[in-house]
Amino acid sequence: MRHHFRVGHPIHRLPDQAGTSTSVLTVEDALGAVQSALVLGGTSEIALAVIDRLAADRCRRVVLAARDTAGAAAAAEHLRAAGVETTDVIEFDAADISRHPALIETVFAEHGDFDLVLLAFGVLGDQATFDRDPVAAANAVTVNYVGAVSTGLSVAQELRRQGHGTLVVLSSVAAERPRKTNFVYGSSKAGLDAFAQGLGDALEGTGAHVLVVRPGFVKTRMTAGLPPQPFSTTPAAVADAVVQGLARKRHTVWAPPILRWVFALLRHLPRPLWRLISAR
Amino acid sequence: MSPDRPDYPRLTLAGWGRTNPTGAWLARVHCPDDLVRALTHAPERGVIARGLGRSYGDASQNAGGLVIDSTGAAQFLLDPDTGVVTASAGASIQAILEGIVPYGFFVPVTPGTRFVTVGGAIASDIHGKNHHRAGSWCDHVLSFRLALPDGSVLDVDRDRHPKVFWATAGGMGLTGVITEATFRCYPIETSRLLVDTDRTRDLDHAIELMAGGDDAYDYSVAWIDLLARGRFMGRSVLTRGRFARREELPPALRTHPLAYEGRQLANVPPVFPSGLLNPWSVRLFNEFWYRKAPACRRGEIQDIPTFFHPLDMIGNWNLIYGPRGFIQWQCVVPEDAVETLRDIVRQLSDAGCTSFLAVLKRFGPGNEGHLSFPIAGWTLSLDIPVGDPRLATLLDRLDEQVAAEGGRIYLAKDSRLRRELLEVMYPRLDEWRRIRDTLDPNRLLRSDLGRRLGLCPD
Ligand SMILES: Cc1cc2nc3c(=O)[nH]c(=O)nc-3n(C[C@H](O)[C@H](O)[C@H](O)COP(=O)(O)OP(=O)(O)OC[C@H]3O[C@@H](n4cnc5c(N)ncnc54)[C@H](O)[C@@H]3O)c2cc1C
Ligand SMILES: NC(=O)c1ccc[n+]([C@@H]2O[C@H](COP(=O)([O-])OP(=O)(O)OC[C@H]3O[C@@H](n4cnc5c(N)ncnc54)[C@H](OP(=O)(O)O)[C@@H]3O)[C@@H](O)[C@H]2O)c1
Repeated sequence: MRHHFRVGHPIHRLPDQAGTSTSVLTVEDALGAVQSALVLGGTSEIALAVIDRLAADRCRRVVLAARDTAGAAAAAEHLRAAGVETTDVIEFDAADISRHPALIETVFAEHGDFDLVLLAFGVLGDQATFDRDPVAAANAVTVNYVGAVSTGLSVAQELRRQGHGTLVVLSSVAAERPRKTNFVYGSSKAGLDAFAQGLGDALEGTGAHVLVVRPGFVKTRMTAGLPPQPFSTTPAAVADAVVQGLARKRHTVWAPPILRWVFALLRHLPRPLWRLISAR
Repeated sequence: MSPDRPDYPRLTLAGWGRTNPTGAWLARVHCPDDLVRALTHAPERGVIARGLGRSYGDASQNAGGLVIDSTGAAQFLLDPDTGVVTASAGASIQAILEGIVPYGFFVPVTPGTRFVTVGGAIASDIHGKNHHRAGSWCDHVLSFRLALPDGSVLDVDRDRHPKVFWATAGGMGLTGVITEATFRCYPIETSRLLVDTDRTRDLDHAIELMAGGDDAYDYSVAWIDLLARGRFMGRSVLTRGRFARREELPPALRTHPLAYEGRQLANVPPVFPSGLLNPWSVRLFNEFWYRKAPACRRGEIQDIPTFFHPLDMIGNWNLIYGPRGFIQWQCVVPEDAVETLRDIVRQLSDAGCTSFLAVLKRFGPGNEGHLSFPIAGWTLSLDIPVGDPRLATLLDRLDEQVAAEGGRIYLAKDSRLRRELLEVMYPRLDEWRRIRDTLDPNRLLRSDLGRRLGLCPD
């Protein structure tokens, strides 16, 4: 006799299905390796140092969005020599905000997913010039902050849609406390930093993430000719910190890391003392 | 329902290692019709099936797309004359054991956890402690039903449709969604095992005992202490056994020889202080585990959960690794690559990876599954918390060594393999791709693992 029986177990006695959790940084690979990257501000020395590091690992596809397309093309050639399989250069002006949504949408549509988007454009400017020329100051803020808002939100839409990916935002320690010698720049970075933190929180639970990077004084063409500051560092060292931040699933990295503690202190100095120290 | 915004909840899904959660729509289906409907309405970013999410990496997630969870439709049927079971793909080994053990049957293969589904078992072609004698899960599967994104449903018989059968065995869900499967279970007289334990001095001792003695046992596995260095490198606790016959049980157990209860003793609280897991505590744990094992014991009686599923005693134990999660690395190298195995163990123990319960096992020959993991040789698996910056380079180097020996990495555990190595490790990948293309010409079956390793479009 064949007495078949059926057991209608609903699986209610099982523990929860694994891993429907939120709260961890997403990157394409468990150890933070990235296979594709989009750079906004594609000739930035810091950004290219980061991509160099990623190319030495698993990064195979890079798109450089830059104002200076010839410069970016040269950088792309260098990246291909370093092992990146496909590169592309697109024209991008951070100040041309009304074009940003379409530009970002197109680059994702044409190139597919990006594991990492690096928001690297920025101008330092010169406070004395800004003091004389308020329009120039507002233009710098447009690039550093307003342009970051329009591109950042456009990128966030794409990352939400693809359900994964990290937006790395190059903020600055200047965001931590304004100094009278470059407060226009500092205030634009403070706005950018707050924007990036808020965006990171807003993306929590979507699979997409934001990593805020706060470098100190980095020796690049942006700071060429300026007197070096304490704890000054190099693009390669910032790149190391970013790559480690990705691997360790951080929301914020400082470069060099000690600046986190230095600024924890500086932030709370009395104003007169801060004016004195920050005047250099 | 617009094809790009399916009417399902959007949430983040991760694997057991919790390393890379991604956002997707989750369709919880309760019958095969719903499943086929969800499948045919796959959004642009594709669809993948998910079981109980016990794969460690990103195999059953699909960022931005649809994930179909069929664990709600679990049922199965046992033919007690033959031991043949037909189960829906969402049925778990746990549920099946509760049903069939009292009737004197046991599943052909069980992994280290009973919380895996029949669908997941086929898609990963899972192996257990009996691989050296019984092969892997799909060696015992007679047929299954496979739903495709175009709405068709195939009845796949292992003899009549070997291509589709073996492309799906170990195919990581990328050849279709299995809705039910028919497989053999095997008779047991009791639900207890007779277990022999040997503590080995070092790795070579373990290898010697396993190579020499495994064939006398149905089940065999060694736990290896990767934190032991120098003279003790690779010291292990080897446990081997078989199901007891009724007359071998002590009289007290003979009245209910087939009693079975899948126990769970505790749960890890959702916020576990992850600092408790550090090189010192793990070293202490490993030391304790090694010392508590008898140097040599014969014929100990153990029940099914104790012998097969000790980790299941603690629900959600993966939470102890904290929110960053952990990875599992599992490789196999051919039988004659003992020198490489030794070198791998040496590098891991030199690196001081915070790993408990690394496992060493001797595999028998593999099967015809194009992407099925097991091949005759030695398989080593270990858990490692993420965070150590040297880890990525170390594991990349070990992957290269494994590939160079003709070995491979287990995809069900993977979350980080370099994609170039995949076709070296799985030389039949092109053949698999061709079969997949006939089943899913539009490449709608997609997962994060597939995208990461280049098995499906970026
Ligand atoms: C503690 C522990 C111990 C383990 N021990 C072992 C072991 O000893 N041996 C071993 O081999 N494995 C082992 N594993 C791994 C586990 O067996 C496999 O990852 C298994 O595939 C998990 O099944 P699941 O139901 O959780 O599937 P998931 O993890 O949800 O999915 C795994 C794969 O199966 C596919 N899949 C799921 N359902 C279907 C379906 N209906 N149709 C088509 N594809 C489907 C998914 O797309 C995915 O690719 C262990 C895992 C854990 C957590
Ligand atoms: N260097 C530092 O000390 C330091 C410290 C903290 C933070 N940062 C920040 O790090 C980021 C990168 O700086 P860096 O040091 O790598 O200097 P950089 O090489 O000068 O990079 C700045 C980049 O911004 C681009 N850019 C400026 N205005 C633009 C616009 N309107 N449209 C498009 N691109 C524009 C520049 O492009 P062009 O080539 O066309 O000019 C350049 O590629 C900046 O956001 C900077 O504020 C730098």
